[in-house]
Amino acid sequence: MLKIRRFEERSAQLYGMGHIGGFCHLYIGQEAVVVGVLMTIKKNDSVVTTYRDHGHMIARGLDPKKIMAELTGRSDGYSAGKGGSMHMFSKENNFYGGHGIVGAQVPIGTGIAFTHKYNGDKNICRTYIGDGAMNNGQVFEAFNLAALWKLPVLYIIENNKYGMGTAVDRAAAGSELYKRGEAFGIKGEILDGMNVYSIIKAAKKAGEYVRAGKGPYILEVQTYRYRGHSMSDPAKYRTKAELEEYKNLDPIEIVREEILKKKIASKDELAKLNKEIIEEIKSAADFALESNFPSSEELYTDVYI
Amino acid sequence: MSTKILMPALSPTMKEGNLTKWLVKVGQEVKAGDVIAEIETDKATMEVESVDEGFVEKLFFKEGDINIPVNKPIALISGQKDSSIESNDKKIKDSSKTESQEINETKESNSTPQEINTNLDKDQITMRQAIRDTIAEEMRKDKKVFILGEEVAEYQGAYKVTQGLLDEFGKKRVIDTPISEHGFTGLAVGAAFKGLIPIVEFMTFNFSMQAIDQIINSAAKTLYMSGGQINCPIVFRGPNGAAAQVAAQHSQDFSSWYAHVPGLKVVAPSTSLNAKGLLREAIRDPNPVIFLENEILYGLKGEVSSDVNFTIPFGKANIAKEGKDTTIVTYSIMLHKSLEAAKILEDKHNLDIEVIDLQSLRPLDSETIIKSVKKTNRIITVEESWPFASVGSEIVNLVQKNAFDYLDAPIIKVNSADVPMPYSSELEKLYLPQVDDIVKAVKEVNYI
Repeated sequence: MLKIRRFEERSAQLYGMGHIGGFCHLYIGQEAVVVGVLMTIKKNDSVVTTYRDHGHMIARGLDPKKIMAELTGRSDGYSAGKGGSMHMFSKENNFYGGHGIVGAQVPIGTGIAFTHKYNGDKNICRTYIGDGAMNNGQVFEAFNLAALWKLPVLYIIENNKYGMGTAVDRAAAGSELYKRGEAFGIKGEILDGMNVYSIIKAAKKAGEYVRAGKGPYILEVQTYRYRGHSMSDPAKYRTKAELEEYKNLDPIEIVREEILKKKIASKDELAKLNKEIIEEIKSAADFALESNFPSSEELYTDVYI
Repeated sequence: MSTKILMPALSPTMKEGNLTKWLVKVGQEVKAGDVIAEIETDKATMEVESVDEGFVEKLFFKEGDINIPVNKPIALISGQKDSSIESNDKKIKDSSKTESQEINETKESNSTPQEINTNLDKDQITMRQAIRDTIAEEMRKDKKVFILGEEVAEYQGAYKVTQGLLDEFGKKRVIDTPISEHGFTGLAVGAAFKGLIPIVEFMTFNFSMQAIDQIINSAAKTLYMSGGQINCPIVFRGPNGAAAQVAAQHSQDFSSWYAHVPGLKVVAPSTSLNAKGLLREAIRDPNPVIFLENEILYGLKGEVSSDVNFTIPFGKANIAKEGKDTTIVTYSIMLHKSLEAAKILEDKHNLDIEVIDLQSLRPLDSETIIKSVKKTNRIITVEESWPFASVGSEIVNLVQKNAFDYLDAPIIKVNSADVPMPYSSELEKLYLPQVDDIVKAVKEVNYI
């Protein structure tokens, strides 16, 4: 979680310096969601997510150097500089993106789950959905297919309260998003996304349900992004008080307190860890900025194989 | 007084039907609404109800008779029971030897501008069967190949293209979907990312518009966006373009829409032979392929290669007819109209026309086109799509850039009218490019 936080802070800095372009969606505040879920994952399970994907990649154990290289449009990036922040993939790690179109990853993740079932390999696909996508038609088409064919897909709705600048209750009629699979017979539950322990517990149970061949399952995780929708969003649609309220529930602080309480590590050790992570991310940024931009020949490669 | 019961048109494209079963006998009383026969159409086996009432006087065809033209009398109903007719029953049933002659007679009156000559050898197969066989052959070879779409399994295909596949391969690999194009297309794209080889059947390509985001933004672009990591081996197939009188929302040509997109390959077969060769190539291609069929051509018979590894490489046009005076570049159904026009131009104007069947729209065989126009110095394009930014427009660009000095006349594009497809058959004829339009365009580039 700390690595994601420090990575995103550095990304914001590089964006401000003009090294990262285009759209850049930070995950600060939501770290517990992906970390909690990932702690229950098996090696050959698949993951697919939205454009807010940096944290998802770090949690999957992918190399921050190559992620930062992608954000800065370099040839050493996960997509060789052709995808950018929103479109990153790592096939060898069963990470299938990074999708820029709201909702598009939901049928895709359902199709990856279809393949797991087709191959009979007992793996499952975790498909992340933003609250904004929960009003998008293809999501419900995917729910229907997943339930109809009992596909091993775990849908995780990351409800960070705003689809860009529009609050959930201004976009969704009946804002209990976890209930939106009910018509298809898909069970769902809602949980606190600021507390990683509750996420681990729920994700483990839900993952077992899906892996047992019982069909899809929905987890709605209540979370919050501290930054705007993307780097260019000043987030004036919400109050400072609201932001502070969530910052007081900071997912990293909750874990930190737990570690100290249970004496898993000392304050000094945690400070040392933080410093190490800062160094690691700094060297990732240095690596990215020293990496070459793609050569002009690369413009025409990877269109077909 | 007797009433003739005619072979009904039971689908928009039906030109003839097969009499699979009589449910009445000569002499039997028939009430309006009674089922009198089962007729196999180009799409399904349908029951035919009587509209008139009376007694069956004559049955003109016996069970099992095939290729009976639409509007041909199949039975006669009289208002009164005639005791003498029963004895004629057997004689009538045996009289079908004259059938082929009768069919030939009626065919003329039944012909429409869209009709294709189907009077070919018996060992030739329809394009429908060519597509079906190729899917089955590839599914036998590679367990990763599966097919999904609306009505592909239990219904045996809305156009009977997938007939028998469910029986052979089972419901795991031949999958009926709900009417949910956006969802099942995205699902198939995800399955392809993960290593399967889906064949997505769109009942018609009109419905692919519901799913076009997944086709373009996900299937076509992900290889590039992932720096070459994730390819999408998938075939999107189904009938494209106009059928017959199904009007604006069900008659649209998508060739230039999809050919516009880097990352997609787009092919459009015109015969049973190239349908087999191109489809096998499409299924084996590791990239997403748009395979544009044509409903009117499903029943067209032609020779095929029996080699189960026969493929036609993409980006290779077929010179369907060699000639030296003018080049016609075309694809899909318009190949047949172009060949018809070429014959007329030869007979009436002594023009030797070269007809190029593109087969593949992306990649496009520019070499064959340029070579041909350098020989003939005159070129027209013929296609069913709307004129604006069509495949023909791209060919015009290609020719002006590469063979400008060889042109003896401006290039003419023959397209459909630049309006939504009308319903009325008369307006539909005006909308679609006809043989006369092609003849006229060729004459114009020859200053005749």
